Amino acid sequence: MDGKGVRIEGLKKRYGSGDTAVDALRGVDMQVAPGEVVGLVGPSGSGKSTLLKCLGAVIEPTAGRMILGDEIIYDDGWKVKDLRALRRDRIGFIFQAPYLIPFLDVTDNVALLPMLAGKPNPEARSRAIELFQALDVEHRAKAMPSQLSGGEQQRVAIARGLVNRPPVILADEPTAPLDSERALAVIRILNDMAQQFETAIIVVTHDEKIIPTFKRIYHIRDGVTYEEAGEGRSIA
Amino acid sequence: MISLAGRDIMHSLGKFVLTGMGLGLLIGVTLSMAGIYRGLVDDGKALLENSGADLWVVQQDTIGPYAEASSIYSDVWRGIRSMPGVARAANATYFTMQVRQGERDVRAMVAGITAGELGTPGWPPHLIAGRQITRGHYEAVADFATGFKIGDRLQIRRNYYTVVGLTRRMVSSGGDPIVFIPLKDAQEAQFLKDNDAIWQQRHRTAANQAFNRPQVPGLLDAVIASQSTNSYVNAVLVQVEPGHDVDAVAESIRRWKRLTVYTRSQMEEILVGKMIATSAKQIGMFLAILSLVSAAIVAFIIYTLTLGKIREIAVLKLIGTKNRTIVGLIMQQAIALGVIGFVVGKITATLVMAPIFPKYVLLQPFDSIIGFVVVMVICMLSSIISIRAAMKVDPAEAIGG
Ligand SMILES: Nc1ncnc2c1ncn2[C@@H]1O[C@H](COP(=O)(O)OP(=O)(O)OP(=O)(O)O)[C@@H](O)[C@H]1O
Ligand SMILES: [Mg+2]
Repeated sequence: MDGKGVRIEGLKKRYGSGDTAVDALRGVDMQVAPGEVVGLVGPSGSGKSTLLKCLGAVIEPTAGRMILGDEIIYDDGWKVKDLRALRRDRIGFIFQAPYLIPFLDVTDNVALLPMLAGKPNPEARSRAIELFQALDVEHRAKAMPSQLSGGEQQRVAIARGLVNRPPVILADEPTAPLDSERALAVIRILNDMAQQFETAIIVVTHDEKIIPTFKRIYHIRDGVTYEEAGEGRSIA
Repeated sequence: MISLAGRDIMHSLGKFVLTGMGLGLLIGVTLSMAGIYRGLVDDGKALLENSGADLWVVQQDTIGPYAEASSIYSDVWRGIRSMPGVARAANATYFTMQVRQGERDVRAMVAGITAGELGTPGWPPHLIAGRQITRGHYEAVADFATGFKIGDRLQIRRNYYTVVGLTRRMVSSGGDPIVFIPLKDAQEAQFLKDNDAIWQQRHRTAANQAFNRPQVPGLLDAVIASQSTNSYVNAVLVQVEPGHDVDAVAESIRRWKRLTVYTRSQMEEILVGKMIATSAKQIGMFLAILSLVSAAIVAFIIYTLTLGKIREIAVLKLIGTKNRTIVGLIMQQAIALGVIGFVVGKITATLVMAPIFPKYVLLQPFDSIIGFVVVMVICMLSSIISIRAAMKVDPAEAIGG
């Protein structure tokens, strides 16, 4: 690992304090290289969402280190001033449901992110269109989200996660609502995109259908991670 | 950057416009209420302006002739006429009653005016049709708003009058149109009793030993004649000669006779401050209630729209949208709603309310500007609850549990 991708060292998160305190993360170590897609699996309440939220800079860990690319973003405290800009420019999010903005067309749903980062509208839109070609949804670029199929919506959501070329993408159960064919298609896309854009992708999942596709899997239990080599089964 | 608020509005335009129109009707009623108040004031001012008087001489300690009953002797005007600084003085009577024309009757203020020429105080300053009253009896000039036409025969008490001229915007301070008739007729009409009453009064007078004395011939006839003539008027309208101080002339009339004299501004004070004070308060109450209701509606609608977008707001926050942008999204929608509401309201007030409302509705541009500002302020204030709700949304919610 050469300082790119994501590295997490000894990350701890305690919710609340005193008698009611919950230690959701008790020492998480993890590293994902650029271009790699890893699975994060674990039973309910094991701390998966908590880990994503910490890495996604929406909640503050209690201790540990998080390194994004070659920048330490957390070391027993935030090392980045503007977490909002960090989320916008350096982290991509893909959710269980697409969560597209219903009043923006497909292009602007994706172009909104570069626009928020201050890019001019035409440049932001051409970036979005570029991704649509890679994701095979460019023919739906002018449609509204409600006019898209579930699979198309999820691909647009992936484009949104990728559009600012973040070094890491956090995907929270991205295949949960999909049938196995579509679920595998999404994972294939994530693998392609990871390689094409040199992105480290962490996929939180329960989904038995897709677990065999990961080359590496992190298991999490009671807030502690264990690494395991996956089957890395190729996806036809 | 794109306008999130604009896109959201365009996405649910129908809902937005319908809501805006509902709000608009409310704003229309509010603007009309303000217009009704302005109309009341304007009616009062038109009455004073059109009377052509600088001073109103009325019965002592009354606020007549419009706001209270006032009666003074009909020969007082001669004395006033000869006072320094007085250009013209004329008797006038005013009383509000039903004026019959054929099958219908119209509520009107009947004004008695003295014979003279155009410019005599009390005379209507301009006619839109026909001519002024030229004969001493049984002619009338009516305001257009009565619906009477030239040549119509009007019945006021027992007598019939022919309409010879029409005026516009000649109204009492209550908004009733004015019908001008010769002073003598008006005096008679004001104090006239019906035939039965006259007959009974004559009968009683004749039966009274003190009046019916065979040894004094002619006494009974004289008494009856004095009973049936009216030598009172309600006010003397005075025009002051140019170059003379109106207040000084008023003061000298006050000193000379035991009479009360009002200048134009004092008269305005009476009309606006006393006669329409109760109506003004009622209108003020309605304005306050309507503003509150409008605010509640805007707040409720914007809040509902915002609650429907909580998930999107969480996503927007997670992907790095600034709070300012989200505040803008909500605030701009509230403002857009206000603008649609105001435009619809203004159109409603101008094209629907003002023409059909039975009272004069005077929509002043200045009131519209104030109305617009108030609507904007209300919209912004009522979006505060929604903005607070949106600010509380945690971006972590987008990631889920
Ligand atoms: N805001 C919070 N306050 C207190 N405790 C919390 C909070 N969020 C999560 N927890 C606790 O932290 C632990 C880890 O929760 P987390 O949501 O990370 O689990 P998870 O692995 O995502 O579970 P699931 O698969 O059910 O989504 C759980 O015991 C949970 O009850
Ligand atoms: Mg979870």
